[in-house]
Amino acid sequence: MDLALWTPLAVPVVLAVLSLTGGARPLGRLGPVASSAAVLLSGLLLVVAVLDGKVPSLGGGVLRADALSAYMLTVVGAVGLVSTWGGLGHATAAPGRFVGSYDALISVFLAAMSLAVLADNIGLMWAAVEATTITTAFLVGHHRTRSSLEAAWKYVILGSVGVAIALLGIVLIYAASRGTGEPTLSWLVLSHTDLPLDPALIRAGGALAVLGFATKAGLAPMHSWLPDAHSQAPAPVSGLMSGVLLAVALYAILRIQTITDAVIGPDFLRVMLSVGGLLSLFVAAALLIRQRDFKRMLAYSSIEHMGMMAVGAAIGPAALPAVLLYVLGHGLTKATLFVVSGRILEVEGTPRIDDVRALLVRRPGLAVPWLIAMAALVGFPPFSIFFSEVGIIVAGFGTGMGVVVGVALVLLLVIFAALTRLTVAMTIGAPAGVDADPGATPGSVRVAPDRSAHGPRLPLILALGTTAVVAFIAEPVGTLLARAAAVLGGAQ
Amino acid sequence: MFASVFPQLIGLCTGALLLTSALMVWRHSLLASIRLLSVQGFALAALVAVIGVEEREAEVIIVSVLVVLVKGMALPWVLAHETRATTRTDEAPRLNPTAGLLTVALLTILSYVVASRLLSGDTSISAHAAPIGLAMVLIGFLLLVTRRQAGSQLIGFLVLDNGIATVAFLTSGGVPLFLELGISLDVLLVVVILYVFAGRMRNKFGNTDIDQLRKLHD
Repeated sequence: MDLALWTPLAVPVVLAVLSLTGGARPLGRLGPVASSAAVLLSGLLLVVAVLDGKVPSLGGGVLRADALSAYMLTVVGAVGLVSTWGGLGHATAAPGRFVGSYDALISVFLAAMSLAVLADNIGLMWAAVEATTITTAFLVGHHRTRSSLEAAWKYVILGSVGVAIALLGIVLIYAASRGTGEPTLSWLVLSHTDLPLDPALIRAGGALAVLGFATKAGLAPMHSWLPDAHSQAPAPVSGLMSGVLLAVALYAILRIQTITDAVIGPDFLRVMLSVGGLLSLFVAAALLIRQRDFKRMLAYSSIEHMGMMAVGAAIGPAALPAVLLYVLGHGLTKATLFVVSGRILEVEGTPRIDDVRALLVRRPGLAVPWLIAMAALVGFPPFSIFFSEVGIIVAGFGTGMGVVVGVALVLLLVIFAALTRLTVAMTIGAPAGVDADPGATPGSVRVAPDRSAHGPRLPLILALGTTAVVAFIAEPVGTLLARAAAVLGGAQ
Repeated sequence: MFASVFPQLIGLCTGALLLTSALMVWRHSLLASIRLLSVQGFALAALVAVIGVEEREAEVIIVSVLVVLVKGMALPWVLAHETRATTRTDEAPRLNPTAGLLTVALLTILSYVVASRLLSGDTSISAHAAPIGLAMVLIGFLLLVTRRQAGSQLIGFLVLDNGIATVAFLTSGGVPLFLELGISLDVLLVVVILYVFAGRMRNKFGNTDIDQLRKLHD
């Protein structure tokens, strides 16, 4: 079973080398898809092991998969599979010369995220998170236009400065552990409650580390790179960045929170995360109301959902299963939406919402998955985002954070209204030329609707199907979520 | 014998680190800043070597060699290479030199205040020097916000990173070797990536003024 710990790192790297050298030609463009599948499969194997009560570890405990790591690895694999497989049609539009490096970078990106969730060492996890910035930098700038260059520059500067702040925090946490005799950066050791860690250093280190990873997680007020990067990157990359990279950064925050909670109590980070979460919701609400670009709309929606997850993290152990389910639901839904948005952008040739009208009549093949996924995103049942949001709100009222949750609920309603309006504007209605003035445009013969999905349909169906049913499966999903949350709740 | 020189050596190295950071705020020429960055890399390596000799750890000495190679030589070389290609190598920062140096003084005082509360329990010599690292982090931020050229922003990022390394070495004798390797590699790659982007920027816009990056907004 320990094999499953190194496959998510080794397989993507090997495939990346093959993509670069041209050895993957028999695979065609399937390199990234195979990498995602390897990560997903390893994640599922580790989940089985964890549910058996085992904790696989490798390399003297450097790699370790408890319930939380196994779950996160599965999410990385699943979202990766949806993004890369669904993006197969789209990626062919890439400049031919760069196809090999594009595929290679996506594979390495997947390996870096896998390392970040599997490492039992804050420092190694930090290096892996920084590696995700490095691998995605060229992917964001892939289109080589003026805007994508601007987005990539902002992304790399803000991303690496933010993560550098996190490194300063990690250094202070390491210094705080000197009192234990053997300084360590292991999660497992640091989250033991009875260690003599220096409270002042843990407080400063925890605050800086959370601040740094919050930049990477796209929480306001450090979110300004996110809409640019997510709207300029190719659709499959946006899906991966929005769907799981943000969640990996949140995972880092949750792990740091476990350490600080054990030493200085939960109130300190609770305030920080509540403020960050509510501010994110507010920023998303304010900018979604007047949004004109549908990829930026999805990016702001990611800020919204990360804000809601941060509020859940602030609430603490009671809300954690809901937050973890949220990670999966949001990842799959957002990956689907970015994949479809890439196809819409490709066939319609414009990212502007105003220019994309009556999609349901003209292109039902794209509008139907878009509508279903948007319904899942704004929180309609039976999709799992609904249950996650309800879970966080109920847990918030239960732990005396009613005010925070109440404000979040109001902002969620505003965002719901804004997203619904924009989606309706894109999909519902009659195509232009039919309703305008029938007499003036005799040439506007009703064209046959375009039923093609413009790419693989199956990954979208699987992703939406999974989010629709996952909240109802108590065994093994519920058990896994409870165990993963127990890892974060310390020895409860 | 070494025990008596140790505090002075630590003071000398950290003094050099702070001085080079302050000079970078003062100087507007990119090439001068890059030379200062190289000096700073050597000062950091010397600091690491002094700590290594004091603690008698061979691993720390290896790290100091690594620091010389990466921060003292490789990074300044990449930057200088990039800068010679630009037509404009001087900088018109948002802050004049006097205001810049005053801000540096304020930031240094601030970091001493913060560090005295943070490390109150630690009376070792190296912990007393730790505020310098914090001050370098803040000066790095100052450079990042007040500079307009892509190359200067890169230098700000590197000063920030040097500051973090200084804090790490002074408070805990540095992180484990394999992590130091990973961190150095990451920083090197980030700089190379930004270097490539700066090149693309020059091809597209004719210069590397980052103030023109304001097309994307809401």
